[in-house]
Amino acid sequence: MAVIEVSGLTKRYGRQPVVDGISFAVEQGEIFGVLGPNGAGKTTAVECMEGLRRHDSGQVRVLGLDPRSDGRRLRQRIGVQLQETQLPERMKVWEALELYASFYPNPADWRELMERWGLAARQKAAFASLSGGQKQRLFIALALVGQPEVVFLDELTSGLDPGARRATWDLIRQIRAQGATVVLVSHFMDEVEELCDRVAILDRGRIAALDTPAALVDRAGTEYRLRFRPVGPLDEASLALLPGVSSVKRDGTQVAVTGTGDFAAAVTAELARRRVLAAELRIDGRSLDTAYVALTGQTLDT
Amino acid sequence: MEGFAKFAYVETKLFLREKVAAIAVFGLPIALVIGFGLIPGFGKPQKGLSGQIGTEFIASIGVAIVLATLGLNGVPMVISQYRERGILRRLGVTPVRPLTLLLAKLVVWAAAAVASVIFLVVVTRFAFHVPLPRRLGWFTASFLLAIAALFALGMLAAAAAPTSRTAIGIGWLLFFPSMLLGGVYFPTEEMSPGMRRAGEFTPLGSALHAVRDTWMGLNPSPLYLGIMAGYAIVAGALAARFFRWDTGAA
Repeated sequence: MAVIEVSGLTKRYGRQPVVDGISFAVEQGEIFGVLGPNGAGKTTAVECMEGLRRHDSGQVRVLGLDPRSDGRRLRQRIGVQLQETQLPERMKVWEALELYASFYPNPADWRELMERWGLAARQKAAFASLSGGQKQRLFIALALVGQPEVVFLDELTSGLDPGARRATWDLIRQIRAQGATVVLVSHFMDEVEELCDRVAILDRGRIAALDTPAALVDRAGTEYRLRFRPVGPLDEASLALLPGVSSVKRDGTQVAVTGTGDFAAAVTAELARRRVLAAELRIDGRSLDTAYVALTGQTLDT
Repeated sequence: MEGFAKFAYVETKLFLREKVAAIAVFGLPIALVIGFGLIPGFGKPQKGLSGQIGTEFIASIGVAIVLATLGLNGVPMVISQYRERGILRRLGVTPVRPLTLLLAKLVVWAAAAVASVIFLVVVTRFAFHVPLPRRLGWFTASFLLAIAALFALGMLAAAAAPTSRTAIGIGWLLFFPSMLLGGVYFPTEEMSPGMRRAGEFTPLGSALHAVRDTWMGLNPSPLYLGIMAGYAIVAGALAARFFRWDTGAA
């Protein structure tokens, strides 16, 4: 069942379309990524789904509701973490959670959320005294306090250190495990690749690609490189003839093979056939990062 | 108004945590009354003040300072900061309306103004034997109308300004001329007729006239009440019309 259905969504500022006729559907229980460079329209598109902005044309349904006409009912059932929001400086952590819990008909236990998101030790701290990571975790907790069916997270891990990012990813998987659908706006490749079931790549207001991260990588057809140290004699020329292989180089004891598609499987099969053991086998550069560049023709300026 | 009581409770706590604001609103008017009240002879009617008791005049000035500080400095600052910090935006994606928070905040601040003036009136009554405002009903009505007028003007500054910095700047631009023309820096009795006339048409000026008159036992001139009501309605309507809920960053 589709939880979010968007067709032909368009939003203009002045005459300039920021979101230009995008369509997609998000299924129940998915973690759906919206990826793209700054200014691609990611946040605007998501804000139209949350009812924070009114779209100019197209159709948007979230949980079967139109955010423009049924915003209030919709907002009881969604949770949102926005970019660049703050709380009153002197509001305490527990007060914020308790206040936001009071907005919803069937709120979560905010004390338990405070515990789970590692805020219990700071519960009496004023908002202004929290670290960047603590603020971020508080906003995620506030997004979840209404027991939402759909959670929108915009630039979830910006400002978090690598350890905190990993921990946050685990908690996002837990949100999904509890049955919620997650829409994740990001410009971090690793995050999207790690978490998302499917991802829409937005480029100048349009969807450049929409698929699973793995399929996007495949579809981009970018070259990648296989490196290994052959144990025993190896005739490199035989590898160069394999399908998909574009070059073979030997560098001392190391052999590097570049190619596209499924060439790595062909290379390892050939090595097995010739009874050559490949030590220190590594594959480089096969990531959503390179796929993204291939699909949009640009790098992400992070 | 769903959530109003909760917001009002939280906003009250936040207001009391702002020590500087609390001291300015409650302490400054009292300090003035005590400072001037101790001047010998100031407890008697003063010729240069249309026969008003000196301490009573200073207490009226205290009322005007509360009004101007909260309405012209406080309101533009806190309201524009709530917008600039995305607090209103964030509420826009919850089931409650950001407007509820704004109204709760204004009500809490208005209550602070009322509490401060009650405190001021009581202290001047018991410490300096200044009589209670003799037209107490009209005094109260004038003061409430003055809150509406000055808060509406402060809201208009917050509504019109794109940034918090601008809103605060507009607040100060309104504050100093208001204090000058309104008769706070020196009494209207010492003003030229033209300046006096101009002062009557500022919300703070008409407020101070009405407060002084009702304290002395005169009925407030309908002109002053009308001017205050006019500011409350016009500035309030414009603020409501042009209020931006977020900073508009795309």
